[in-house]
Amino acid sequence: MNEDLYNYILGIADNSLILGQRLGELCGHGPSLETDIAGTNISLDLIGQTRSYFQYAAKLAGDDRTEDDIAFLRLEKQYTNVLLVEQPNTHFGYVMARQYLFDVFHLLFLKELQGSKDETLAAIAKKGIKEVSYHKRFSGDWIKRLGDGTEESHAKIQEAIDDLWTYTDELFDSTAADAVMTAQGIGVDVSKLKDTYYKEVSDLLEEATLATPESKYFTRGGKKGTHSEHMGYLLSDLQYMQRTYPNMNW
Amino acid sequence: MSEKEVKNLEEIFEARIARDEKIEPKDWMPEKYRKTHIRQISQHAHSEIVGMLPEGNWISRAPSLRRKAALLAKVQDEAGHGLYLYSACETLGISRNELYEQLHSGKAKYSSIFNYPTVTWADMGAIGWLVDGAAIINQVPLCNTSYGPYARAMVRVCKEESFHQRQGFEIMLKLCNGSSEQKEMAQDALNRWWWPSLMMLGPTDAESVHTEQSMKWKLKRKTNDELRQQFIDQTVPQADILGLTIPDPNLKWNEETGSYDFGEIDWDEFWQVVKGHGPCNKKRMKDRVGAWERGAWVRDAAMAYAEKTEKKKLKEAI
Repeated sequence: MNEDLYNYILGIADNSLILGQRLGELCGHGPSLETDIAGTNISLDLIGQTRSYFQYAAKLAGDDRTEDDIAFLRLEKQYTNVLLVEQPNTHFGYVMARQYLFDVFHLLFLKELQGSKDETLAAIAKKGIKEVSYHKRFSGDWIKRLGDGTEESHAKIQEAIDDLWTYTDELFDSTAADAVMTAQGIGVDVSKLKDTYYKEVSDLLEEATLATPESKYFTRGGKKGTHSEHMGYLLSDLQYMQRTYPNMNW
Repeated sequence: MSEKEVKNLEEIFEARIARDEKIEPKDWMPEKYRKTHIRQISQHAHSEIVGMLPEGNWISRAPSLRRKAALLAKVQDEAGHGLYLYSACETLGISRNELYEQLHSGKAKYSSIFNYPTVTWADMGAIGWLVDGAAIINQVPLCNTSYGPYARAMVRVCKEESFHQRQGFEIMLKLCNGSSEQKEMAQDALNRWWWPSLMMLGPTDAESVHTEQSMKWKLKRKTNDELRQQFIDQTVPQADILGLTIPDPNLKWNEETGSYDFGEIDWDEFWQVVKGHGPCNKKRMKDRVGAWERGAWVRDAAMAYAEKTEKKKLKEAI
C-alpha cells in the first residue's frame, strides 16, 4: 500500500468527517427552519465527501477494511483533522465563523486538488467544488448579516472570529504525507494558499464591518493527532455504536 | 353580507367540493373551513418539526457513514415538509411566527408519537417502518383533499414518506439478519413503538370529534378505526418477514372479516401523552422553545441587515 497516499487522503477526509459530525449535532436546534435545512445539507455534503475519500482509502489499503473501519475505529491521535473543525457549536456565530474560516480554505484547496495527478482525488475534488462553493456562499452571507446586523450580532460574531482565529494558521501546515504527495504532483502545497486565504477572509470581514484579528499567536496540533479537549467527546458519540457492538453490519 | 347571501355562498362552496374541485387561497371559504385547515395543516407542520428531534438525537451516533448520511437526509426532508406545510398554511392568512407561537405556548398540538424517546439505534428503524408507515396511511388520502395548496404539498410529502418507510424497514431487516444483540434491539424497539403507532391513527371513531365535518371536506376519507385496521393488516405480515413478534397476545387473523383482530389499546396512556404528560413532552417543547429563543438574535440580525441593504439600494437608485 502507498502509505503516504493513504495518510494524505485521511488527512483531507478527517476535516470533512469531523465538521460534518459537528453540524449534524445541531439538526433541529437552529435559529430558523431555513438555517436548519442548510446546516443539515452542508453536513450531508461533507459526510458524502468523507465516504468518497474513505472508500478510496479502503481500496488502496487492499485488505478487508471498510470506510466505516476508517471512520469509526481509530484512536483519537490517529485522526488528523485541523483543530478548527472540531471546535464546539458554542452559538450560531461560532458555527458560521468556523464554517466560513474552513470553507474559504476548503474551496481553494479543492480547486488545486482537481488538478491532481491522482484521477480519483481529482474527481472527488471536482464534485466537491460545487458543494463547497455553496457552503462558502452560505457561511459568508451569514458573516455579513451578523457582522452588519445588530449591535448584539456584531459583538457575537466578532467574538467567534477572534476566538477561532487561532486555529486558522494550522490549515497551511504541511505534514510528512503532504510533502511527499505534493512532490509527486498528487497533493496540494497548502502553504501556497495562505496569502490568498487571508486576503479573501479579511476582505469579507471588512465588508461585514468586522475587524480582522491581529494576533500572531496560533494553536496547532490536530494535523499531527494532538487534539483539543473537545475531540474525545465528539469521538465518543461518533464511535459509540461501532465500539459498543464491534464487527456487526448495520 | 346578508345571512341569505352567506348561505348561498356556502351552498356553492359545498357543491364545488362535492364535484372534487380544488379550493384555492383567494376563493371564498367559510370561516370554519379556514380555521379547521389552519388547525390541521399547522398541526401537521409542527409534527414534522418536532419529529426532527427524536431522530436528530441519533445523527451523531449513527452506526455507519451510510446510515449517518441517510438519517441526515431524512431529517432534512422532514424540515422541508415543515417548510412547505407552513407555507401552505400561510395561504390561509396566518403567519409562520403566529403558528410557532401557538406551538410554543402549547395551544397547537403535534403528533403525540414524538413524545416517546429514541433510546437505541433500532428506534430509527422502528420510526421509519411503523411511524412513517402509519403517517402514510393517514396522509395518502390527503393528496386529494379539497384545499389545493395542502393537496399539492401532500403529493410531495407522501413520495418522500414512502421512501422513509422503506428505509426504516431496511434498517430493521438488517438488524433482524444480524447478531442476537441486534435482533433483540429490533424486537425491543417494536415492543415500545407498536402501541404508540396504533394510537397515531387517532382516537376511536366514537371519541373522534372532527370526523364528520372532515369527511365532508375530504380532509378525511376513512375513519380512524378503518385506518388503524388497514395499518395493522399491512404491518403484521411485514413483522413476519422480519421474524419479529408483535407485542399483542390478542392479535389473531380473523377469516370472517379478512382482517386481524387485535387487543385493547391503552387509551389512558394516549390521553396522558396528548395532555402533555408523556415521557418527552416537556423535553421536546423545551428544545423547540430553546432553539427559537437562542436564535432570536440571529433572526433579528438578518432582519436588520436586510433593511440596511434595502435602504442602501434605494439610496443608490436615487
